[in-house]
Amino acid sequence: MATLIHEFRATYAFMERNANLVKRYLSWEVVWLAYSIANSLSVSYIGMGMEQLSGQNIDGRYLVLYLVVGTLVWRYLSLIFYWITDVIGMERWEGTIEYTLMAPVRRVTHMAGQTFFALIYSLIFTSLILAVTVVLFDIDLSHANMFGGTLMLIVGSLSFVGIGIMGSILPLLFPERGSQMTHVIIAVLLLISGVYYPISVLPEFLQKLAVLSPATYVLDGTRLALLEGTPTSELWPLIWPTLIMGLIAIPVGLWVFGMAERYAKRNGKLHRNG
Amino acid sequence: MTQAIIAHNVFKKFGKPDGSFWKHILKQNSNGQRPVVVAVDSVSFEVQEGEIFGVLGPNGSGKSTLIRLIATLLLPDKGEIKVFGYDVVQQPMEVQRLINRVSVEASFFKKLSPMENLLYGARLYGMNGRESRIRIEEILIRLGLKKRSIFKPMEEMSRGMQQKVAIARALLSRPRLLLMDEPTTGLDPRSKREVQSVIKELNQGSGTTILLTTHDMLEADNLCDRIAIIDSGKIVALDNPQGLKKIISSNGYEPTLEDVFLELTGKTLVKDEIYPLI
Repeated sequence: MATLIHEFRATYAFMERNANLVKRYLSWEVVWLAYSIANSLSVSYIGMGMEQLSGQNIDGRYLVLYLVVGTLVWRYLSLIFYWITDVIGMERWEGTIEYTLMAPVRRVTHMAGQTFFALIYSLIFTSLILAVTVVLFDIDLSHANMFGGTLMLIVGSLSFVGIGIMGSILPLLFPERGSQMTHVIIAVLLLISGVYYPISVLPEFLQKLAVLSPATYVLDGTRLALLEGTPTSELWPLIWPTLIMGLIAIPVGLWVFGMAERYAKRNGKLHRNG
Repeated sequence: MTQAIIAHNVFKKFGKPDGSFWKHILKQNSNGQRPVVVAVDSVSFEVQEGEIFGVLGPNGSGKSTLIRLIATLLLPDKGEIKVFGYDVVQQPMEVQRLINRVSVEASFFKKLSPMENLLYGARLYGMNGRESRIRIEEILIRLGLKKRSIFKPMEEMSRGMQQKVAIARALLSRPRLLLMDEPTTGLDPRSKREVQSVIKELNQGSGTTILLTTHDMLEADNLCDRIAIIDSGKIVALDNPQGLKKIISSNGYEPTLEDVFLELTGKTLVKDEIYPLI
C-alpha cells in the first residue's frame, strides 16, 4: 500500500510540475494556441478553395470537414508525442535531468505522470481549436458520433505514447540535437498516415508503411465517426489494430528507454545540459 | 558502527580508444583517436555513518564523477559501491531512497518558484503535499529566504539564494547520506558561512552522513572528520585534517591543508617565477 501511495504521488509530481510550467509559460501557450488555430484553419480553407481551383463540382464542405478532422486528430496525436518526447528534452533544457533521474521513481511511473498530463493537455488544446473551427466553418456535428470519435482518439493515444517514449531516447543519447531529431519521426508519420489525403494516393511502398502507422487507423476511425456518423460498434475493425499497436508500443518503448538510460549512465551522457 | 559508503576498487573511464568507422568520422579528434579519460582510477574508501567525509582535488580530478557514481547517475566500469549495504548498480532504487545530492550548479525549473520546485521534489520522494508545503516554508525560512521570495520564479533569485533552495531540496527528503558537490562554490562569504553552519547542524542534529567536495581548504579543515585527496582519479592521501598535515615535513612551521593539497597534487606555487621582482 505504501509503495502504491509513493508511486501515485510521484505520478502526480510530474502532472503538477507540467501544469505549473504551463501556467508560468502561459503567454507562450497563448501564442502556440493562436499558431495552431491559424494553421488548422489555413489547411481547412484548402477544402473551400478546391472547388474554385479545379472549376469542377466538388463537395467543398465535405473536403473542409475531411481536412478539419485531419488537422485536429494530427494536432492531438502530435501534442501527445511531443509532451512524451519532451520528458527528457525539457529536463536537459532546464538542467534538472540528473535530479529527476536520481529520484527513487520507477520509469513506468515517470512516464505515466507525463502521459496523463499529455492526454489532458492535448484534449483541452484540441477542443479549443475544434471550438474555433466549428464556429468559423459553421460545421454541423449533430449527426456525428462524438463518443466514437473520442474513443478512437484515446485508443490512438496509447500508440503515440509508446512511440513518444521511444522518441524520448534521442535527447537522452544525443544531448545537443536529440530533441530536433524527434521531428523526423513525426514527419514520417505525417507523410504516411493520410492526415490530409487518402493513403491510396501514396506510392505503393508508402501505402505498405501506412498500415504500420497507428495514426492511419485513428484518422480513418475518427473521420467515419465524425463525418459519416458511423456507430461505435462498426469502428471495431479500426479500434483493435490501434489498441494492439499501443499495447505493444508502450512496453517496447519502456524497454528501449531503460536500455538507453543504462547506456547514458555508462557513458556519462546525463550531465551534459543544453 | 554502520558504514554509509563502501567503495571498493572503483574504476570509471570515458571515451573509447578505437571506435567504429562512423565513430572515427564523427567523434575522433585530430590525432585520429578519441581521448580516453580515466576519471576514477581504482578508488577504495569507506565512510562511517554520521561522518563528514571530505573529498579534495584539483579541477578534473574525478570528484564529481565519484559523487555521480554514488548517486546512481553513472555506472562504474569496474569495482563496487555500496550505500548502507545496498549496491548502487544492482539496487539503485534502495540507494536513491537513502540519498540526496546538492551539486555545484543549482539545477531547477527556472520559471517555477522555490515552492513549486521543492513540492515537485517532495512528491518524487513520496511525500505528502500538505505536510511538504509546511516543511518547505520552514526549511527555506530557516535558510534565510524571505516568505515572499518562496513564491517567485527561481530565475529572479541570486545564485546564493538558488543554492540555498538546492540545499533545502536535499534536506526535504531527510536523506541518510547527503552528497554535496562544491555546495559553497561561488557564494559570498556570508552565504558560505550560512551553508557551512547548516551542514554542521544537519550532521550533528540529525546524524546525516555527508560526503563533501570543495575547493575551500578552510571549509574542509573546519567541517570534515576525514578527508581524501584525489588527483587524476586516484586517492593520494586519506586521513583526518591533523593527520594529513603531518604528512608533509614542517621544519617547525605548521602546514595548512592548502600546503598539503599543493604538495600532494604536485601543483606547488613557485613564487619566484610568479613574482620574479620581489
